[in-house]
Amino acid sequence: MVRAAGLAQAVDGIWNVVESVPDPEIPVVSVVDLGIVRSVSPEKVTITPTYTGCPATQVIERDIRDALDAAGYRNVAIETALSPPWTTDWISEEGRAKLKAYGIAPPLPPGQREVECPQCGSTRTEEVSRFGSTPCKAQWRCRDCLEPFDLFKCH
Amino acid sequence: MSAATETTDVLFETLLRLGDDSLILGQRLGEWCGHAPSVEVDLSLANMGLDLIGQATHFLGRAGEIEGNGRDGDAIAFRRDVLDFRNCWLVEQPNGDFARTMARQFLFSTWQEMLFGHLEGSKDDFIASVAAKAVKEVRYHAELSAEWVIRLGDGTGESRRRMAEGLDWHWRFVPELFEMDEIASAAAERGIGADVSAFREDYDRRVRAVLAEATLEVPKDQRPILGGRRGHHGEHLGHLLAVMQYLPRTYPDATW
Repeated sequence: MVRAAGLAQAVDGIWNVVESVPDPEIPVVSVVDLGIVRSVSPEKVTITPTYTGCPATQVIERDIRDALDAAGYRNVAIETALSPPWTTDWISEEGRAKLKAYGIAPPLPPGQREVECPQCGSTRTEEVSRFGSTPCKAQWRCRDCLEPFDLFKCH
Repeated sequence: MSAATETTDVLFETLLRLGDDSLILGQRLGEWCGHAPSVEVDLSLANMGLDLIGQATHFLGRAGEIEGNGRDGDAIAFRRDVLDFRNCWLVEQPNGDFARTMARQFLFSTWQEMLFGHLEGSKDDFIASVAAKAVKEVRYHAELSAEWVIRLGDGTGESRRRMAEGLDWHWRFVPELFEMDEIASAAAERGIGADVSAFREDYDRRVRAVLAEATLEVPKDQRPILGGRRGHHGEHLGHLLAVMQYLPRTYPDATW
């Protein structure tokens, strides 16, 4: 019982550490908000890449390593799992709200087709380019407030 | 049983073929960086290249593990000579103009999307998991390039001429995508690889539908060029490798 409580405490501690690691491309959200951290055990943190060629993957792993080391979890390994593949459904509600507040339209929930401008809320929006500043985003613009914005693509 | 049909050899060769297709096309798309007709297109081409290089990193890294001679993905990508590459002819073709690049992308990505769709069911867990992940990205490549085929084909006289020429240039390299040689058949029999001949008709249907929307004629069939999977390549691949491999070969232990 004491041992189980100790394990749970270790896992909570590790979750707290990884929740503090920001995504290197979109620093307002953490790697946990984005669903990159798949699971945590006292021995290892399992992460998953968002896109196959995402250049941030290595940076993310290093940032998590640094954060774990700094918090005294030197023996906790980091493992990468490809399967099941990451999807934007794994972005938490909190993560979606943070993306929107940052000016990035969160990925559309299933069934929704209208993209809302994260600046003014208008749905009179149009795609400018299928790829934005990173592979996970497309470039859009609002026809009401005329501001360009990024849309986190459904994936 | 000949050495070439041992399961590890079949797996290694299969991974090389998959990885080399992605690596070489990724490098080709990278050549556009800073040269595309608009910034949006520049981003599209570079991002597709990035997706492909990500696939190559997985496939070639795994090939090195299977081979067991201590080569990692970088060693396989950067320290092999041209005759050891196993990519198809289509991906090594020079970029040409933007229309030719998009014609190549459309013919390749449409095929790769179907291939990865089949490989999701591979008995090799690694190939299955990379395919399941990458197929979503490749679907995007296929859509994007199909849109450009339509836009340029059904565009001005000039854009139409260029797209028709781009498709015509690449047409002779399409049959190779569906070739089932000894290795491909052995991989399919073991459930590791896909039987590509199974989706030839679907592929033709999809290509024809896009060409019809682009108001373009289906190019005339030409004598197929085969042999990339066995290391027979055109003059262009060596030039591509010279650029791609220059730095790691000149400074073998360089890091950054």
